[in-house]
Amino acid sequence: MNHDLETAEHPETLKRVVIEPLTRVEGHGKVTLLLDEDEHIQQARLHIVEFRGFEKFIQGRPYWEVPVLVQRLCGICPVSHHLAAAKAVDALVGVRQLPPTAEKIRRLIHFGQTLQSHAVHFFHLSSPDLLFGFEDEVSHRNIVGVIADHPDIALKGVKLRKFGQEVIRVVSGKRVHGTLAVPGGVNKALSREDRDYLLRQTDEVLAWSRDAVDLVKRLYVANSAFHDRFGRIDSHWLSLVDSDGNLEIYDGSLRTRDDSGCMIFDQAPCDDYAEFIREGIKPWTYMKFPFLITLGREDGWYRVGPLARVNNCDQIATPLAEAQRREFLAQDAAGHPIRAPLAYHWARMIELLHCAEAIVGLLRDPDILGGELQLRGEPRQEGIGVIEAPRGTLFHHYRIDEQGLIEKANLIVSTTNNNQAMNESIRAVAREFLDGHELTEGLLNHIEVAIRAYDPCLSCATHAVGKMPLSLELLDCNGRLLNRLERNSRGSCELA
Amino acid sequence: MTAYFQIDGVPIPFESGQTIMDAALAAGQYIPHLCHNPEFRPHGSCRVCTVRADGRFVAACTFPASEGAKVECASDELRELRNGLLQMLFVEGNHVCPGCEKSGACQLQAVAYYCEMLAPELPHFFPRRHVDASHPDLAIDYGRCILCELCVRASREVDGKSIFAIGGRGIKAHLLVDSPSGKLGDTDMSVHDKAAHVCPVGAILIKHRGYDRPIGQRLYDQRPVSVVGDVIQAEETRDD
Ligand code: SF4
Repeated sequence: MNHDLETAEHPETLKRVVIEPLTRVEGHGKVTLLLDEDEHIQQARLHIVEFRGFEKFIQGRPYWEVPVLVQRLCGICPVSHHLAAAKAVDALVGVRQLPPTAEKIRRLIHFGQTLQSHAVHFFHLSSPDLLFGFEDEVSHRNIVGVIADHPDIALKGVKLRKFGQEVIRVVSGKRVHGTLAVPGGVNKALSREDRDYLLRQTDEVLAWSRDAVDLVKRLYVANSAFHDRFGRIDSHWLSLVDSDGNLEIYDGSLRTRDDSGCMIFDQAPCDDYAEFIREGIKPWTYMKFPFLITLGREDGWYRVGPLARVNNCDQIATPLAEAQRREFLAQDAAGHPIRAPLAYHWARMIELLHCAEAIVGLLRDPDILGGELQLRGEPRQEGIGVIEAPRGTLFHHYRIDEQGLIEKANLIVSTTNNNQAMNESIRAVAREFLDGHELTEGLLNHIEVAIRAYDPCLSCATHAVGKMPLSLELLDCNGRLLNRLERNSRGSCELA
Repeated sequence: MTAYFQIDGVPIPFESGQTIMDAALAAGQYIPHLCHNPEFRPHGSCRVCTVRADGRFVAACTFPASEGAKVECASDELRELRNGLLQMLFVEGNHVCPGCEKSGACQLQAVAYYCEMLAPELPHFFPRRHVDASHPDLAIDYGRCILCELCVRASREVDGKSIFAIGGRGIKAHLLVDSPSGKLGDTDMSVHDKAAHVCPVGAILIKHRGYDRPIGQRLYDQRPVSVVGDVIQAEETRDD
């Protein structure tokens, strides 16, 4: 492991390189590297803007507003926040089990959201690295380059995303930031007309989703020795599973495995999350570091997201995705979890296929066309909602006063869960690829490739398409500027 | 013989004692307004219904109609004036439409759309105003109150309770609740009171039920306020 790269012994004597803003990730973040005279990496850290403001902002607001307010955390996966908050609010109104129509409608929008999020991430943000190589010309290494060189691939990405957005629009009234969940249920079922409109597209969506898995598999396997090694770390894994151990993204219980796949705990109720997970802090970043309490602060960190879910579950409930899962896991002859960060892309596309299959199943289910929409039970003052967002496990926890106003909120967002893992991966990459070399844009992109694999949502919607201005500064130990590399808004790089 | 005046050249019949607003609404001619509702005594405070009657700026809701008067309503000048008033209303309170449960069924929002105000352009005041949720069935979000006094009038004139009043002056004007604590929970207000259903914005809320109308089915989703009318009528016909 490369844990020693978290904090250098004498940072004051080292050169500092900052990669900011990170590109082709959602939101803003930066990486700082400290190098010694001989360009050896001594420290590597990822810093991310956190969401704490929101927890404060919603204090004093009525609880039934929260699922709509928290959507504004993010323009990329608002549905995840909406649903996680809605599940917590269900608990506040005393509803454990939603009526079938309400639960299926919520699942439908969640699958739609996950499908569109995974499609954007792979096709728009990450496929350029895998198709063109990490050191490809930056002006070409983006979705525009994919459209130029592989229009068929780009088009499928665009269409998959569009379908996911259409599911969201039809269910919630808007493509982004609609309304759907109300305390104890949903505000509408699907109309027959909307159901048929979506169903008409599903054959193609299934075909494109299968192609997407095939594509990522082909790209990965074409250079699997390198892809397996790139930024590889050992970690524990955390995700939801259902009561049979199936991959589950809407509901279920918590399961964790260690790096060799042995169960640490299973079927832990989400309501008890605080007994299993705690958030640590480090002096150099506002972003917290969640860990499993039983294993402690240093060793208890874990990974979440598509790779965690695919590694963690016993099976996937839909047949095409399940077949792909088996093939995916067969890569490791010893039957251990797949550890390579770049395997996240593959796992993500397996999930995309699962979403497509699950959407078809739900659209064929008559329950989604109508039935009881909302239930009420005995009110409570504390509610916890846990969901698998596209990027990983997402925790929403609220306490309200007797009048129904939010007193306290705690959110652990998916990206925070992967904080330590992303830091470990960039350290692994920095040590293997950057150490001792003169830094170039292509080499620095290696760092970004490792981060991108986790699909972090660093704050809210940015669609950088590889043209985001990026400036790298090399300073000596006295803070003097030695070298400056700039990527301008047209995407070309200049030494300043 | 019916008497007539004109709004933007359109003849409007009226009866003696009617205001410009009364006659216009009766004739199906919409004049944007917020604090007015035909069920209550006119108030003339929001000034959104300002028109020019024979050259003079007047509030249509309080100014009597008169034979042969020439009233301008849709001129660029008046549009701009109304837009300015709406701009000020939006920034003076905390009108965050994206998170508000009243969005799509809010008269302030609907009138702003009608008047083609697309976004707040003035700096926001972001006043710190709290939510009073002390009542078991009702909540007041003071940040959204536009001081239209509809609840004041409804409580006094219809419910006979006089629970609300406006206190303070100018920028310090605010809604008051008549109870020792100033809290709604300490009044005899009921969710069935008229005052609970007249608020044109999301200030007086029925608790526990926000966002229950899907987007597309909310009051102003399909047709503009000039066709749909005020929030009050819609609230009264709401089936729950
Ligand atoms: S609470 Fe509503 S009805 Fe009462 S004055 Fe304020 S805006 Fe008008």
